[in-house]
Amino acid sequence: METIETIKPVKQFKPVIKEDTHCYHCGESCDHSICSEDKYFCCEGCKFVFELLQENGLCNYYDLSNTPGIKVKGKFTTDKYAYLENPDIQGKLVRFSDEKQTHVNFYLPQMHCASCIWLLENLHTLQKGILYAKTNFQRKEIFVAYDPSLTSLRKVVELLAFIGYEPYISFDSNEKKITKKVNRQKIFKIGVAGFCFSNIMMLSFPEYFSSGHIDEGYLRVIFTYLSLFLSLPVIFYSAAEFFVSAWKGIRQRWLNIDAPIALALAVTFARSLYEVVSGTGPGYFDSLSGIVLFMLVGRWFQDKTYDSFSFDRDYKSYFPLGVTRVNGQEESAVTINELKKGDRILVRGSEMIPADAVLMKGEASIDYSFVSGENSLVEKRKGELIYAGARQMGGSIELEVVHPVSQSYITQLWNNNEVFENNKNVEKSFIHPWSKYFTLGLFAVAAITALYWWRMDSSKLLPAVTAALIVACPCFLLLAATFTYGNMLRIYGRNKLYLKNASVIETLAKINTIVFDKTGTLTHTSEASVRFQGEILKPEEEQAVYSLSKQSVHPLSRLLTRDLLKNKVEPLPVTGFAEKAGKGIEGVVNGKKVRIGSGAYIRGEEQDAPGDMTEVWISIEGQIRGCFTINNRYRDGIHQMAEQLEKRRFRLHVLSGDNPSEKMNLRRIFGQEASLLFNQSPQDKLDYIQSLQQQTSRVLMLGDGLNDAGALKQSDAGIAVTENSSQFTPASDAILDSSQIGRMDAFIRYAQSGKQIVMTSFIISILYNIVGLSFAVQASLSPLVAAILMPISSISIVTFVTIASSFSAKRKGL
Amino acid sequence: MSVLVILIALSVIVAGIFLIAFIWSVKKGQYDDDYTPSVRMLFDDNPKKSDDTIS
Repeated sequence: METIETIKPVKQFKPVIKEDTHCYHCGESCDHSICSEDKYFCCEGCKFVFELLQENGLCNYYDLSNTPGIKVKGKFTTDKYAYLENPDIQGKLVRFSDEKQTHVNFYLPQMHCASCIWLLENLHTLQKGILYAKTNFQRKEIFVAYDPSLTSLRKVVELLAFIGYEPYISFDSNEKKITKKVNRQKIFKIGVAGFCFSNIMMLSFPEYFSSGHIDEGYLRVIFTYLSLFLSLPVIFYSAAEFFVSAWKGIRQRWLNIDAPIALALAVTFARSLYEVVSGTGPGYFDSLSGIVLFMLVGRWFQDKTYDSFSFDRDYKSYFPLGVTRVNGQEESAVTINELKKGDRILVRGSEMIPADAVLMKGEASIDYSFVSGENSLVEKRKGELIYAGARQMGGSIELEVVHPVSQSYITQLWNNNEVFENNKNVEKSFIHPWSKYFTLGLFAVAAITALYWWRMDSSKLLPAVTAALIVACPCFLLLAATFTYGNMLRIYGRNKLYLKNASVIETLAKINTIVFDKTGTLTHTSEASVRFQGEILKPEEEQAVYSLSKQSVHPLSRLLTRDLLKNKVEPLPVTGFAEKAGKGIEGVVNGKKVRIGSGAYIRGEEQDAPGDMTEVWISIEGQIRGCFTINNRYRDGIHQMAEQLEKRRFRLHVLSGDNPSEKMNLRRIFGQEASLLFNQSPQDKLDYIQSLQQQTSRVLMLGDGLNDAGALKQSDAGIAVTENSSQFTPASDAILDSSQIGRMDAFIRYAQSGKQIVMTSFIISILYNIVGLSFAVQASLSPLVAAILMPISSISIVTFVTIASSFSAKRKGL
Repeated sequence: MSVLVILIALSVIVAGIFLIAFIWSVKKGQYDDDYTPSVRMLFDDNPKKSDDTIS
């Protein structure tokens, strides 16, 4: 496949410029037509930003890292943020406000390098009234304090958008603040447990080394009571979550992994308390606090998530917050929730249509890729219905709302399906049944011990039974899983697969069916393979075609321009440029009339031949020269991935919102057994996944757009594929960088190995438990033995699972 | 041996001070962002200077 793509009939063309030129601001390859101070830019937008920064002495931006800028997208419409003048909206966004300053927090998905931090923290030099700005790089957030008498929320947002960091504004972004608080709680708990553990250890050393015979009796009393005192915060504060979770489980008649842990902690504490108060021994406070510390660290390690990703977005995150409502001559900014049936709205170029609406004024060319996954523009005439989620690519249009936002075609997916309301049935981890068996086994051992000592020496009954419960703490179950999965999450993250949480690893290991979306998932979204068929163009003719197609923003023109740029052409001035919506473009370049467009437009046919390919025809001076065929380009490694997955007996399916033009290619890639379905609506995709699940398949879905959102949510594991981590992805269990999609097989195999590692570590720790129990049932478990055995078993398990999971990753090439 | 008691009391107090310092630092948000400050400290204070070298 690859070889076909690289052969182009225009190869013999000699490049005019020897070196590749890249935009000084954003690094995109470009020609030499736009320049400022011997630096070249890909578009006017990038040049403007450069000039603005230069004026304000902020060119340090370009020194910190190479081409740090973000390509300015489309034209900057001045009224886009008009809705931020609305006091209701302001009230929801602003965190703090008085006469002198206003504080606001934004999420900036485009933040990506050290230069970004530098520029954003120097925001105050760009606009008067901004007092200071502070970024949090990992969360991709910026905190801005400004003087409301000198500038406004709208101006701040417009400035951010202008320099390329368009803030993501949503009303439900409050969720982030809550998670922040929770994380701090965890750090506090670990800190307190660590503090108490180290001090109790220090106080226990005399006991260990004197083997229980401290000469000065009062010292021993001081040490033990101090240990007891220090263990209180551990058991009542740090370990509280284990008791709470165990109690919740028992109330729902379910023995979760925290139940046996809570029992062990309670027994250990009670017995130690008794020993101290009765003066019979030092207790097991050292082991107790050590175990709590280890378990908390394990949970924290596993739960460390990717702050800058959001895995729970619904359609609201994609839609604009506000829209311009037209009432006669009057224009007002309203939030989209206020839209009612019959409202007139104004939608500008490159804005999204927030509700199903009928076109009333203007020419609409609609990009539906977001809804259907089809990537070509659709022309709409006055009176035609346009669905919500479509993007207007031409000029401004006026529409009349037919359905309110929540009842629009695309948002209905969320309303009608219980899929979106309930969270996915949380798969109960295989660790939980294990903890149940373990608890039952432990009770059996304890019962036998009790019976034995009751007959032999009833004074040793209680010490032996409690010792058995203490030493056989099921915490290894928790430790093994948390450290294995925590390490695996990091290794996945290094390979650009970002999982939502650890339970996704277990789900991934059980998958037997894989469903792919086509457009955007298997294929590139912004790259295509372009091939020319017909009479070969001369260099100057190619230059003319390039100059003309550069004038148009149509997706096909853009693809063509980008492809021709590889031959390093320079644009020429175009006169008499005209664009016929949905048909093509024409203009005069170098005295020659050039026309580019659909077969119908160029060849004068009535209708396009219903071909399988997207064709762009060229005519120069009235003479048809041939056509560029534009095909989807598949991502690298797809072929190999399909082969590997097929070999391992996964059932493969491809669902596409597009027409079946790519059927032959897909068949070649995925083989005869795979099912290929085309023209699938978002609802069809969801239903298809559901029907697969009814046939007892465990489905992994890979998709990208909002049109896959239902299927991603319905599947057992949904992976959103994205070319750029700053792009928004639909709700999913994991986010995968598109360059890594060819490694799906390794990812799944690694997930499967995770379970084996956890199981192996279970067996190791059961061996430890046998040793410990053999002491305990003889009623001869001294605190020293417990204090040695428990940390050793914890540390060795943690070491084992970390080494094993890293080694396994290396073997699978991750 | 009673000096031991004083030492133990002192050591617990010293450790307690560190615990309070830790809690204070978490509350101040020092653990919220462990990346940005490391980059921020490398920036030069006067951006005007770099402008002079360019023009």
